[in-house]
Amino acid sequence: MLEIKNLHARIADDGTEIIRGLDLTVKAGEVAAIMGPNGSGKSTLSYILAGREDYEVTEGDILYNGESILDLDPAERAAKGVFLAFQYPMEIPGVATMEFLKVALNSLRKARGEDPLKIPEFMKLVKDAAGSLEMNLDMLKRPLNVGFSGGEKKRAEILQMKLLEPKLCVLDETDSGLDIDALKIVADGVNALRSPDRAMVVITHYQRLLDYIVPDSVHILSAGKVVKSGDKSLALELEQNGYAGVIGKAA
Amino acid sequence: MNVHTQPQLTPAETALGEAFAKRLSDLPGNEEVMLQRDAAMELLKRGLPTRKVEAWHYTDLRRLLNTVPEFDRAAAPQAMPVLIDGSLRLVTANGRAEAVEAPKGAVIERISKLLPEGDFASRLATYGGDDAVGAINTAFVSDGYSIAIEEGVEIERPIELQNVHAGGQTHTRFAITVGNGAKVTFVERQTGKGAALISSVDSLKVGDGAEVRYVILVEQPDTVSHLGQFQAEIGEKANLSLFIMNVSGKLVRQEVRVTMPGEGGHFELRGVNLLAGSTHNDVTMVLDHSAPDTTSTELIRNIVTDKAHGVFQGQIRVAREAQKTDAKMACNTLVLSDEGEFSVKPELEIFADDVACGHGATVAEIDHAHLFYLMARGIPEKEARGLLVKAFLAEVIEELDDETLVAVLEQRLEDWFEQHG
Repeated sequence: MLEIKNLHARIADDGTEIIRGLDLTVKAGEVAAIMGPNGSGKSTLSYILAGREDYEVTEGDILYNGESILDLDPAERAAKGVFLAFQYPMEIPGVATMEFLKVALNSLRKARGEDPLKIPEFMKLVKDAAGSLEMNLDMLKRPLNVGFSGGEKKRAEILQMKLLEPKLCVLDETDSGLDIDALKIVADGVNALRSPDRAMVVITHYQRLLDYIVPDSVHILSAGKVVKSGDKSLALELEQNGYAGVIGKAA
Repeated sequence: MNVHTQPQLTPAETALGEAFAKRLSDLPGNEEVMLQRDAAMELLKRGLPTRKVEAWHYTDLRRLLNTVPEFDRAAAPQAMPVLIDGSLRLVTANGRAEAVEAPKGAVIERISKLLPEGDFASRLATYGGDDAVGAINTAFVSDGYSIAIEEGVEIERPIELQNVHAGGQTHTRFAITVGNGAKVTFVERQTGKGAALISSVDSLKVGDGAEVRYVILVEQPDTVSHLGQFQAEIGEKANLSLFIMNVSGKLVRQEVRVTMPGEGGHFELRGVNLLAGSTHNDVTMVLDHSAPDTTSTELIRNIVTDKAHGVFQGQIRVAREAQKTDAKMACNTLVLSDEGEFSVKPELEIFADDVACGHGATVAEIDHAHLFYLMARGIPEKEARGLLVKAFLAEVIEELDDETLVAVLEQRLEDWFEQHG
């Protein structure tokens, strides 16, 4: 489903190269964990997948269902089913969360050739999804992410993921800022979305999240490329030996 | 040698002089009023202010007011349905007020009746040399409404003042006195069709402990020069909340001159300016905190696109005796086009030593991180931008805390974006 080939990318503003020859393949139905030390390019990779303009791809390609998505803007990628759950979701004052959800959902439906949802249908969808994440509906009346706690923001991201039903989910440090109860709720939300036709790229610094979202494959990123891949036992090895030990061995 | 520094009159200045000469016999007013008119005309004869005059630095009236259409007696503009259901509608059409029945607790009179008979002259005084808006209005004002709300009365129905034109010139006034402890909402609408010069002055006295909400909605076509002035005096522990929404126009100058001589008075100004085409729009505020414990907040948000030019000048003066004044002013602008422009001049003049005053001004483009976030959820760029721009303005509108008003004004936003988004 996702094929990243020899990807090189830099910060558009100052030309700093962050991704240096990254290869990664994730199949439909697969949950791939991306791990790596700070500064290894994990978050940059998530932004590049979603199409953020601040980064420039200088070499290589990203294929999604066999087609390059490099020329697509973020909205076009989202329409094709790419979803990024942000590490730091933006606070956007003045945009009501409900209104945002409705516009986003109907934009995607339009792109897929479906009719916009009627208000009661939409409300029911949101209510069900919010309930399963133990979210308070009152929260959704507030401006988007404004005044949400760290945990509430992460739940709101997963809520969006549930509603928009993407095919490729990229979760960037979804565990950061969550206490253990919130982590379980969020992980349950993610696990409920696992399906044979959906791939997930779970970016995390710590093994902890992977106890709850058990990956099919684990890839270690260092200095902008994948230096080691393996199954879930690789994450445990990391936990025991630390990045220095594992990356040291790989290099 | 005779050195003449007086520049040659512009066509607009000449037209104003000629209009005054022609109109003089028709203009209502007793001797005191006519003296005020003459004094105002003397000011105008010195020429309209240019950018060399501090108060007009960003709005060179002499250059921008390039045509002054003649009065059109036959113009017959139509009044509009009210914005808020159940409002009491007071219309001035082509500069003429009509006889109306006042609600209980209020007295409403036509200014055309007060000018010849009453002691209206003192209310026509201008602010002096640079007060071109006041001078034009005082020289030419023909009608409008005088409204007095009795002490302690709450007027439940909003009072909607419509100043409508169909081209030509109109010069009107709304002179309002709100009694102590009274409560009332005004909605003022300035609009019309055709090429016009409009001057409209509000003078408002807010009694002690009174609560007044005042909304001004200026929706002039790009053929109209609109000169507005809102004067207010706020009594002890009284509360005045003023909301101004400007939608384009050719040249719009909306002045706000507020004094707070009563202890514990509060003033709020919220402004939304939607500027497109080649409009020149100027909101200029002079606010005097002249008594202790007076508070004020001002928040202006602007959208500038095409070749529009916007201006906000905000001057807050805190007198020596106005201790514990708390004043906060902010002006934020989104410029959406390369040729759009916005000028901001905040000024604080503080003579008291125990005050909290602050101001902030930003001129920015849309936040790219916000745009990315919305697009990453599948919202196409154009729509995402629209959502962010509307959000930027809706924040101010929603402060109104009145569902009907908020809905009406947000609809105006939607309509504007349909056209210019």
